[in-house]
Amino acid sequence: MDRLKKTPVKEQDAHERIKNFNEVSLGYSEEEAVNEASRCLNCKNPLCVSDCPVSISIPKFIQCIKERNFKKAAEIINEASSLPAICGRVCPQETQCEGKCILGIKGEPVSIGKLERFIGDWSRENNIDLSIKCEKKNKKIAVIGGGPAGLTCAGDLAKIGYDVTIFEALHEPGGVLVYGIPEFRLPKDTVVKHEIENVKKLGVKIETDVIIGKTVTIDELMEEEGFSAIFIGSGAGLPKFMGIPGENYNGVFSANEFLTRNNLMKAFRKDYDTPIKVGMKVAVVGGGNVAMDAARTARRLGAEVHIVYRRSEEELPARKEEIHHAKEEGIIFDLLTNPVEILADEKGWVKAMKCIRMELGEPDASGRRRPIEIKDSEFIMEVDTVIMSLGTSPNPLIASTTKGLEANKWGCICADEETGITSREGVFAGGDAVTGAATVILAMEAGKKAAKAIDELLMKKKK
Amino acid sequence: MYKIVEKKILAPNIYLMDVEAPRIAKSAQPGQFIIVRADEKSERIPLTICDYNREKGTITIVFQVVGSSTMKMSKLEAEDYFQDFVGPLGQPSEFIHENIEELKKKSIVFVAGGVGTAPVYPQVKWLNSLGIKADVIVGSKSKEFLILEEEMRKEAGNLYITTDDGSYGNKGLVTEVLKNLIENENKKYDVVVAIGPMIMMKFVAKLTKEYGIKTVVSLNTLMVDGTGMCGACRVTVGGHTKFTCVDGPEFDGHLVDFEEAMRRQTMYKTEEGKQFLEQQEREEGHICHVGLGGEK
Repeated sequence: MDRLKKTPVKEQDAHERIKNFNEVSLGYSEEEAVNEASRCLNCKNPLCVSDCPVSISIPKFIQCIKERNFKKAAEIINEASSLPAICGRVCPQETQCEGKCILGIKGEPVSIGKLERFIGDWSRENNIDLSIKCEKKNKKIAVIGGGPAGLTCAGDLAKIGYDVTIFEALHEPGGVLVYGIPEFRLPKDTVVKHEIENVKKLGVKIETDVIIGKTVTIDELMEEEGFSAIFIGSGAGLPKFMGIPGENYNGVFSANEFLTRNNLMKAFRKDYDTPIKVGMKVAVVGGGNVAMDAARTARRLGAEVHIVYRRSEEELPARKEEIHHAKEEGIIFDLLTNPVEILADEKGWVKAMKCIRMELGEPDASGRRRPIEIKDSEFIMEVDTVIMSLGTSPNPLIASTTKGLEANKWGCICADEETGITSREGVFAGGDAVTGAATVILAMEAGKKAAKAIDELLMKKKK
Repeated sequence: MYKIVEKKILAPNIYLMDVEAPRIAKSAQPGQFIIVRADEKSERIPLTICDYNREKGTITIVFQVVGSSTMKMSKLEAEDYFQDFVGPLGQPSEFIHENIEELKKKSIVFVAGGVGTAPVYPQVKWLNSLGIKADVIVGSKSKEFLILEEEMRKEAGNLYITTDDGSYGNKGLVTEVLKNLIENENKKYDVVVAIGPMIMMKFVAKLTKEYGIKTVVSLNTLMVDGTGMCGACRVTVGGHTKFTCVDGPEFDGHLVDFEEAMRRQTMYKTEEGKQFLEQQEREEGHICHVGLGGEK
């Protein structure tokens, strides 16, 4: 074994996988996992742990894999995270745990994510019960939103005895895990459903079809239904459009709509009723993970797909692994290109996009080089579907219907980074609802911190 | 799961259902809508709330079978369950926020087309509960398809009925009735509220613009989530893009881009029609459905 090289993971062949929605990465076998685990140096002062937002005891669980004690590994991860099969798949490990791995200096870091995923999958396949019995505290806490932040916060509070109810607006809990991230990266029926079941096994109740601010307000939950504290993890689900002419023509979608139809409503399956429309040639505008997900979904529905992004490849915000997978699947990257208008045929259906070429200027406030239009470089790109993937912002509904809850001008709820404490007593918030669109694992970290702060507040009140 | 406590057939292919949904019944206001999903594989369908009973904890919906999902819904009976029932969604009618004394001074007329009669009903009822009698014009294909006549008569000031074929009430379009009331009956309306097929709302708005009467329409766009996260329901109002599900469904009829709204409604027409036909064929043997229309 070469200690400096990762144990490779098997993947579905690119030519095959563009014809289906099955998972691309097939994950480690037991042998491969043990092999990969044995590369870990078991550092005395492990840097990987400090860069895991939920501080999983990484070397400890990896040593258990090395000793083939998979159940013990699952228990160690469970102390910090209830969603290992999900995080192992979707975390950007290269900028977190794996980014700090000592082996990464001279060679390749340990595949921490793939090992975590292996344990998550192994515990599911072997029906490992990780629920913890504890004394009930007889206090009700409401969690708004069943996404990664809410699930984590709810799970942590249930583990220490609180009576927790999650209120979810959609018909299924999971947030972006069910409506946003596609099947081929994160299987829904097996992985997501199972990990949500695990959270329920801790005693967490989930009420779907409840829109806080419409069906019931936070004030009513606290004043009439007896909830002692609230955690808001409602995410950032409001799509942005460019504001260019022609955006309302038939055939222009937000990535949220396109992905929701496909993932949550299962439009790709013949036996489900929700339709989806994809043309022969699709342009996905944007360069983040959501853009890659939308592009790869459109490819699987049979289209030729272009990513249209105004900066260069180096600035693409998507994960390297996703860009690599997209390229393997034949997604075409039109970089340094920005749409200025969408053109339609006489019936109002998209037929082309007028674009302009860009060049990179000086770095802007975010440190990225600012894209500048090249004069007189407009050209017509023929497409029949446009998917706008320009990011999302928080829905203002909750902040606008809750007394004394402050939000900033972007609609993000103002909350303390370490505790999730908001301007309203007893109300905490975290995840994308506070930061704007970020990652699954950062939302989980916020949920975790808020759970701790909620417990501290309620313990203090008791005294 | 949400229990259907009552089911009535109001007209051919038009159904009324009372659904047990206590949280929604408690907070519903006239003008708002719900989203329903019949079963695990169904779409999410928006329907305007027709009535609510806070004591019983029920919401009344009225729908017309226009595609495979509404077909599925129509097959359910009392004591059956809907998989999902979400709401109340959208903004309540703006009357709710008005000063009652100011509102009492206003002369209001509702124009309802087809199943649009159902969402008009709770608004007329709410006004009547405050002692405000609004006029109501109801347009229907024929006598057979007329719904909620008795209920409406109890709550409305004057009720004018018109049918396309003249089988009941007046013969002709709702716009002709409205025009006649204004020009020949000397009615001075301050507000017109029109709810029905997009094309009807467009022509009502066109007519009232000539008279300079404020006109509110309730748009029935395509929707997916109904909570503002996708923009499938976007419309242009006064030059700005609005999401019908959160900013509406009611808008100033004189500012709505109806051409665009009608075009966007047809986005899935072929798929929807195809699926519907396939299902009907499976169930009933081949029946010709040329001219299959209707709106969501």
